[in-house]
Amino acid sequence: MTARTGPSRRQRFARDRFLVLAALPGITLLVVFHYVPLLGNVIAFKDYQPYLGILESPWVGLDNFDVVFGGDPAFLNALTNTLVITLLQVVVVFPVPIALALLLDSLLSERLKRIVQSVLYLPHFLSWVIVVAIFQQMLGDSGLLNSFLREHDLGTVNVIGSPELFKALITSQVLWKDAGWATILFLAALSRIDTTLYEASAMDGAGRWRQLWHVTLPGLRGIIVLLLILRLGDALTVGFEQIILQQAAVGAEASEVLDTYVYNNGILAGSWGVSAAVGLVKGLVGVALVLGANKLAHRFGEQGVYQR
Amino acid sequence: MSALEKPSVLARAVKAVVLTVCCAAVVVPFVGIVSTSLATREDVTNAGGFVLIPRSLNFDAYQAILSGGVVTRAVLVSLFVTVVGTLLSLTATTLLAYGLSRRGTVLHRPFLLLVLMPLLFTPGIIPSYLIVKNLGLLDSYWSLILPVLVNVFNVIVLRAFFMELPGEIIDSARVDGAGDGLILWRIVLPMSKAVLAVIALFYAVAYWNSFFSALLYLNDTAKWPLQLVLRTYVVNQSQLGVDQLGAGGELPPAEAVQMAILVLSIVPVLLVYPFVQRHFTKGVLIGAVKG
Repeated sequence: MTARTGPSRRQRFARDRFLVLAALPGITLLVVFHYVPLLGNVIAFKDYQPYLGILESPWVGLDNFDVVFGGDPAFLNALTNTLVITLLQVVVVFPVPIALALLLDSLLSERLKRIVQSVLYLPHFLSWVIVVAIFQQMLGDSGLLNSFLREHDLGTVNVIGSPELFKALITSQVLWKDAGWATILFLAALSRIDTTLYEASAMDGAGRWRQLWHVTLPGLRGIIVLLLILRLGDALTVGFEQIILQQAAVGAEASEVLDTYVYNNGILAGSWGVSAAVGLVKGLVGVALVLGANKLAHRFGEQGVYQR
Repeated sequence: MSALEKPSVLARAVKAVVLTVCCAAVVVPFVGIVSTSLATREDVTNAGGFVLIPRSLNFDAYQAILSGGVVTRAVLVSLFVTVVGTLLSLTATTLLAYGLSRRGTVLHRPFLLLVLMPLLFTPGIIPSYLIVKNLGLLDSYWSLILPVLVNVFNVIVLRAFFMELPGEIIDSARVDGAGDGLILWRIVLPMSKAVLAVIALFYAVAYWNSFFSALLYLNDTAKWPLQLVLRTYVVNQSQLGVDQLGAGGELPPAEAVQMAILVLSIVPVLLVYPFVQRHFTKGVLIGAVKG
């Protein structure tokens, strides 16, 4: 910096003072509510006592991590549930927006396309409380489905309260809420595919399915890889609000995930240190997964989240 | 897709069916919720709980929840948090994005780094809670606003948009003697209305829907926003008694009251949605491509 010619540091401050001042409120908030809590993770290494405070609480080394690495059954249960739900979301939820985007893109009427999009985007803007309430009205005991079944003497299905169906239930809620919204990126990528590629492939005798395979999907590959990497970074984060809302009905065994574990044990039951340790490990694993997946993407010649 | 051949009749039929089913899955629940909220006790009994086709127009449930009481207060809390929060968020986000939008200014790199890092590392529930607690914000409405006031993703979207604005106009303003503040106010903001509208909607929806922060930070049930009331009286099916409703006299059916609260929580989103909706792609894409 010192070797550069041009205005001095002080002159540059004077010149850019409006820009610096403009950025300051936002920067301050990020520091207070993001960076300081990151430091607050030290309580993972402490026996945190609320009345002593973060600094005064005694150090306990890695004791709080025993739950994680010692394989506490409640922790393992939460971990298993988290991974099963993530797997379901990658296998079941992830492909749906791609299919939906292809379908929407193939509509010839612009107007119809816009109407369908408006309808399908909407649930994304509803809160989880609303989505859960809506599902109860549809599938609950006195809901639409069971009223219909009862009317036709077909018995009833307990979709909302049964532990076996819980993972299917939350997966379908995620689909209902966000599948439409997720098409937005795929639609944009589709609109960018060079139309001459389709013409050329048609010249070479490719039918609609071959065009899909050889032109459309390669055109989507970049964005698919990008979203998969981001999803992987969130592999240990699955719908906290969605699950905490429905946990009472099905019990912890079917529904406890890492985030609810941290909340239930830390904030509600007061074992702060252990919960912070679980949260810390979870965060670090997430970062490692993103970085690792990104490296893998580069190796396969994709851009990934950031370029090198 | 520029298919050179027309799709077959079968393909078009399948398409029509799939899209109709998808749209119906979104629309039917809404119709049912509105119908139930307007239903009389007799309607509810006949339908076995949930009314799909409206048979009457009965506004008793709305009157009951809106004439004072728990729900009315919660609506006011949610409105306050949403309006104040969105205004503050939009201001701070715009200023921060603008402050970062020009390369080569002083502190550009360290500030940019500070803004980008949170995308990778999130602090976790426990430390965030402790910060809010130590700042004395527990049971204060500010606990719903301050921690989420600046959304890093929105900053990046807006910064990318600012950087794409034609530099010639800004340069000519500078030659004419305008400072950075005047340029922001007179040139940049007027050119960014569409993106600002989308970002305002994203913030407003986040504040309106805010449930987790309220659950964490507000122990005092009298301060609860609408989403927590919704959880207690709709998702958990606790009954709203006369003392929690504003109206005296005979209570409308519980189902109608529940669905009326649900409608109340959806309507504001529905009101803003059509105006902002056509700008979505713009707002989301800049973030995805440039961020």
